[in-house]
Amino acid sequence: MSILVYAELKDGKGTKSAFEAVSYAKKASETVGGDVIAVTVGAINGDGGLGNYGASKVLNAAIDGADGGQMAKVVEAAMNQTGAGLLVASNDETGKVVAPRAAVRLNAGFVAGVTGVPDTSGGLTVSKGVFSGKATAKVQVDGDKKVIAIVPNSFGLHAGGSDAAVESISVDAGAAKITVKQFNPTSTDGSIPLPEADLVVSAGRGLKGPENWGMVEELARELGAATACSRPVSDIGWRPHHEHVGQTGIAIRPTLYIAIGISGAIQHLAGVNSSKVIVVVNKDPEAPFFKAADYGIVGDAFEVVPKLIEAVKGLKGN
Amino acid sequence: MKILVCISKAPDTTSRIAFTDGDTKFDENGVQFIVNPYDEWYALVRGLELKETLGGSVTTVTVGGADNDPVIRKALAIGADNAVRIDADPADSFDVASQIVSYAKDQGFDLVLTGKETINYNSGVTGALIAEMLDMPYVALATKLDVDGGTATITREVPGGTEVVEVATPVVLSAAKGMAEQRIPNMRGIMAARTKPLEVVAGVPSTGQTSIVSYALPPAKGDVKLVDAENVAELVRLLHEEAKVI
Ligand SMILES: Cc1cc2nc3c(=O)[nH]c(=O)nc-3n(C[C@H](O)[C@H](O)[C@H](O)COP(=O)(O)OP(=O)(O)OC[C@H]3O[C@@H](n4cnc5c(N)ncnc54)[C@H](O)[C@@H]3O)c2cc1C
Ligand SMILES: Nc1ncnc2c1ncn2[C@@H]1O[C@H](COP(=O)(O)O)[C@@H](O)[C@H]1O
Repeated sequence: MSILVYAELKDGKGTKSAFEAVSYAKKASETVGGDVIAVTVGAINGDGGLGNYGASKVLNAAIDGADGGQMAKVVEAAMNQTGAGLLVASNDETGKVVAPRAAVRLNAGFVAGVTGVPDTSGGLTVSKGVFSGKATAKVQVDGDKKVIAIVPNSFGLHAGGSDAAVESISVDAGAAKITVKQFNPTSTDGSIPLPEADLVVSAGRGLKGPENWGMVEELARELGAATACSRPVSDIGWRPHHEHVGQTGIAIRPTLYIAIGISGAIQHLAGVNSSKVIVVVNKDPEAPFFKAADYGIVGDAFEVVPKLIEAVKGLKGN
Repeated sequence: MKILVCISKAPDTTSRIAFTDGDTKFDENGVQFIVNPYDEWYALVRGLELKETLGGSVTTVTVGGADNDPVIRKALAIGADNAVRIDADPADSFDVASQIVSYAKDQGFDLVLTGKETINYNSGVTGALIAEMLDMPYVALATKLDVDGGTATITREVPGGTEVVEVATPVVLSAAKGMAEQRIPNMRGIMAARTKPLEVVAGVPSTGQTSIVSYALPPAKGDVKLVDAENVAELVRLLHEEAKVI
């Protein structure tokens, strides 16, 4: 049985989350069996880059400015047309709308927040993050149709496929109920969106004031990293809200998280402890963050960070 | 305007997370329960602010047993007019949504507000499930909400930025940070909450098709490798050569 992937397009090309969802489905197909077919909505450029990650076919519905309700109708039609039993989507901002809506339309067993590939040894089980990154749960998914939505950055990208065939699919999806009036990109300077970033430099109240973020931004720039912050820092307006990570901010899972002047409160850790490698710079050797860290420097950020920038420049210069 | 706010119970953010019964149950021993922060700080408070300016009522709905009543009273103390508890032990988000829909479908709510996600299950999908079941539009991750006549203007998070969207009510949405400021209940609110109506209704048969087999805690981290503050270049070398992350 085929696996269908809802793949989000931006400017005709799959997004990073879409590539990840296709990569995940490709991996899952090794145990579940079947082909990986992607379904897309809106203008597509070639195969949108989806074949490279393992899609053998891309179904495209040429609906402009579709809302989540319309997208779910397209996904439902694609499930029926392909006879797929499993739908994979990213649990990103769009996937959080499309996957559940499709699950209702398909009356499917549905799990969101999945972080591991399916285990098919007895039915279908997947692992999912729970308690804000403090634990995982093994979830059994029943039902004739199944829908799983995976956490961005939990699986990674696995390229190496060839171009996929693109077919159009026509669906009576009705009219859009949501009208977009305005789009405000988070960063106009070309820096990396935090949820997708592989490398993240983050700072907390230890930096004393917003005027001291220059060195944080410079370090991020040198590394090609995104910037983040602790909650009090965004609450007092030193940094924008979208940089706030933690239990009540966003949860991220980069390969490298550098925390500067952040104490490591449990609510902060909840958003970052799935990072592969954690580096902590804090002048207090008793800061709880050191217990969650892989590497640490006990020292004053105002002395350590400039040296770090120089060392990174040295490395990149080689 | 008739507003419904979906309220769930969650372990306090500082709770020690542990499991019992062969890792199949969350260990509630010594755990303090709170209103799920997104539901309380953002969904409920914005609902109350809209009611205060536009008139109408705010009802909360919770799916669960009587152990939810203290957090429901907290929501009433903050200012909700009345509360409904659907007496069921929900299997998963799909089931929660069906239970809420079975109650809400003919009540004529103009707005259904949920939190961005529960801090215990972190799915963030219940609102979308409710919306599809009610055939209503749904706006996820809303950070700003205004209603004028029958039109809601909402700012939402989308990949790579934010969008301002317009949608006709009734609409379902999930509330994220930015929507409102936390309100601390005052003595009058707490007193009033004791006598506000908390209606208990029976649930419908479960529609969940998933089940949690077991829980696991993440593997313990090894000890941190400390690098001397005078030798920062060594850290960069380790990240490059040992951890291979830069
Ligand atoms: C319900 C709830 C939800 C929450 N959600 C979140 C969340 O999502 N995200 C979040 O981050 N927090 C959250 N918090 C807040 C959390 O509990 C902490 O208060 C917060 O994370 C602390 O931020 P901080 O580490 O920046 O500041 P502080 O705790 O003030 O720590 C500053 C650190 O900087 C160090 N420092 C000071 N000067 C220097 C220097 N010159 N050089 C190096 N180090 C220095 C200090 O030693 C200290 O460790 C939440 C709290 C609650 C109650
Ligand atoms: N048992 C419940 N009763 C009422 N509302 C709930 C319940 N569980 C979840 N919700 C609502 O749905 C939102 C998203 O939950 P979830 O999809 O589980 O992350 C929460 O923030 C609540 O507003």
